[in-house]
Amino acid sequence: MQNKLDYHSQKDEIAKISIPHTIGSLLVFIFVPCIMLFLLRYGFIVLRDSDAPRFITTISAIIWGVGGVGVLYAVTNWALSFLPLKIRDKVEPFVFVGPAVIIITWFLLLPALRSFYLSFFSKWANDFSGIENYIYVFTNRTMIQAFWNNLLWLVFGTGITVVLGLTIALLADRSSLEKTLKSFIFLPMAISMIGAAIIWKFVYTISPDSSQQIGLLNAIVVACGGDTVNWLIMRPWNTFFLIIVFVWMQTGFAMVILSAAIKAVPDQLLAAARIDGANEMTIIFKIIIPYIKRSLITVSTTVLIATLKTFDIVFTMTQGLDGTEVLASQQYKQMFKFFHYGRGSAIAIIIFLAVVPAIVYNLKHSTIWKEK
Amino acid sequence: MFKRKKTLTGERLYRKIVINTILVIIAIVWTVPTLGLLVTSFRTPEAIHNSGWWTAFADLGSFSLDNYQAVIFGEYSDSAGNVVTASSINISTAFLNSLTVTIPAVIIPILIAALAAYGIAWLRFPGRKFFFAAIIGCLVFPLQISLIPILRDFQQLQITGSYLAIWFAHTGFALPLATYLLFNFISTIPKSIIESGKLDGASHFTIFFRLIVPLSVPALAAFAIFQFLWVWNDLLLALVFLSGTGGAMEVLTQRLLNMVGQYGQDWQLLTAAAFISMILPLIVFFTLQKFFIRGLVTGSVKE
Repeated sequence: MQNKLDYHSQKDEIAKISIPHTIGSLLVFIFVPCIMLFLLRYGFIVLRDSDAPRFITTISAIIWGVGGVGVLYAVTNWALSFLPLKIRDKVEPFVFVGPAVIIITWFLLLPALRSFYLSFFSKWANDFSGIENYIYVFTNRTMIQAFWNNLLWLVFGTGITVVLGLTIALLADRSSLEKTLKSFIFLPMAISMIGAAIIWKFVYTISPDSSQQIGLLNAIVVACGGDTVNWLIMRPWNTFFLIIVFVWMQTGFAMVILSAAIKAVPDQLLAAARIDGANEMTIIFKIIIPYIKRSLITVSTTVLIATLKTFDIVFTMTQGLDGTEVLASQQYKQMFKFFHYGRGSAIAIIIFLAVVPAIVYNLKHSTIWKEK
Repeated sequence: MFKRKKTLTGERLYRKIVINTILVIIAIVWTVPTLGLLVTSFRTPEAIHNSGWWTAFADLGSFSLDNYQAVIFGEYSDSAGNVVTASSINISTAFLNSLTVTIPAVIIPILIAALAAYGIAWLRFPGRKFFFAAIIGCLVFPLQISLIPILRDFQQLQITGSYLAIWFAHTGFALPLATYLLFNFISTIPKSIIESGKLDGASHFTIFFRLIVPLSVPALAAFAIFQFLWVWNDLLLALVFLSGTGGAMEVLTQRLLNMVGQYGQDWQLLTAAAFISMILPLIVFFTLQKFFIRGLVTGSVKE
């Protein structure tokens, strides 16, 4: 009670403060963070130009980066205390929400519009070229190949991942070794795509001497009496060998989420079905799968989006050669190898358009809109 | 009744064996490729090229740490036996660079997103719902769409090829998801806790740091692990925003990519380097698996 009284008397006192004081405090509020920003920029230049040993630069860069953001918030909060309470209440929410909104606007909202605008320009983005880039994107042979491959990625990458993930989740739910076995399947999720690419390049590798295969897959083929295969240049199957790497990485994700969903199926429901004499297959298809539909949608859309944006695996394993190009690898090449910003942007817009329905669908099924 | 139960147990036992066998086979298939990498990283170049890694167990004495020494110090012996120093295979600087990129790129977006999530959940101001919808709505943008415009901005600001550039980029692209996830958590904190803070005369910043942050540790940790793996394993953003620095700032994924191009058949170097790049994520993965899975289950919108 005492505290509450203090709070109110404080409020009255501050409310009386004059207009010049208000302006002065507003100036403090604006200038103090600006000075801080300036100091941080100075620190950046010193850090960038220093020749200090690697280890020291690393530590000071981390401190500068993390500390800088922390100090900016702290200083803003301190400056906030100079403001009259009425104004402070109005300004404070924007100190909390403002940085996120500004950064998101800068990094996602505006770039989307700017990429759309750029997609109508020529190489180096100098001259307006109308829909030329889009015509190129839909008629160029490599691009058509990329579309086709992305479709394969979408159908098979998503399909196999979800079906395998669901199968393993269902099996694991009925197994005594669940935890350990799931860890093994889940492990590739922690590995980078480039790490996975190296692992699988080694599995697919081919040696000239046909009897001495060091790649696992060719060794198996030879042991079975077959001829060695250069998996990664064998059109059109090489795309499938890349998709296998993706499936290997993503199945754990599908498994974990579906597994959690399966565990949430009420036991009474399953017990009732069993009493009615339903066999396991009926239970899986008639009860469990309908029950976990929401999670299946989330997993499918998430994996689907990942296939549409797939880049690392293709870029490191084949560089998009031998007919393995996909949209994201083509986009990267157009932008940073050929410096054709217009075409790169056009492809980015197409990736965006392909991804939107999946994310909107995903978000629509999210619970978040019901709460607020 | 009793008899029926007994036959069921027999059937169950049979089924259990079948299920466990299938699962063990899948787990083996899933693990063998990684095992091949690990085993190869301890073998000599000659052994790697003359026999499959699965034969290595016959002669355990041939395992050595030479390959790791080579990639950690950036020195290797060529076919003539000369020691060659090549900074392009030096993994330790790339490891430090990855740390420099990752730590701030994990902490900064979490701080900004948590504050924004608190603001949207607990402060009343005009446009609150609009800001929230705008932040969540930005989940639809694939980061590809931002690469060129942002790279141009960075060139104007003269921060390309600096850590600041890539921190900014990772922060920007992580914020929609981070805000979304943390909002889901922070908005469910009981109102009475925030009210009690207000009654004590605490400012919103104090309430945030003293009450909200400690209560949100599970959600913060879940996202932190998520973001850590994302940033540590990222290749695309590193290629776009850190290249052009002459290799001095290359992170692990970039260095590995360059090694694949330059030393494509030197499996002894590639496997050792790849394994070093995986150590930290694997440690995080195994020690914090619980948080990580929780993060995935709640945050299955990204990727």
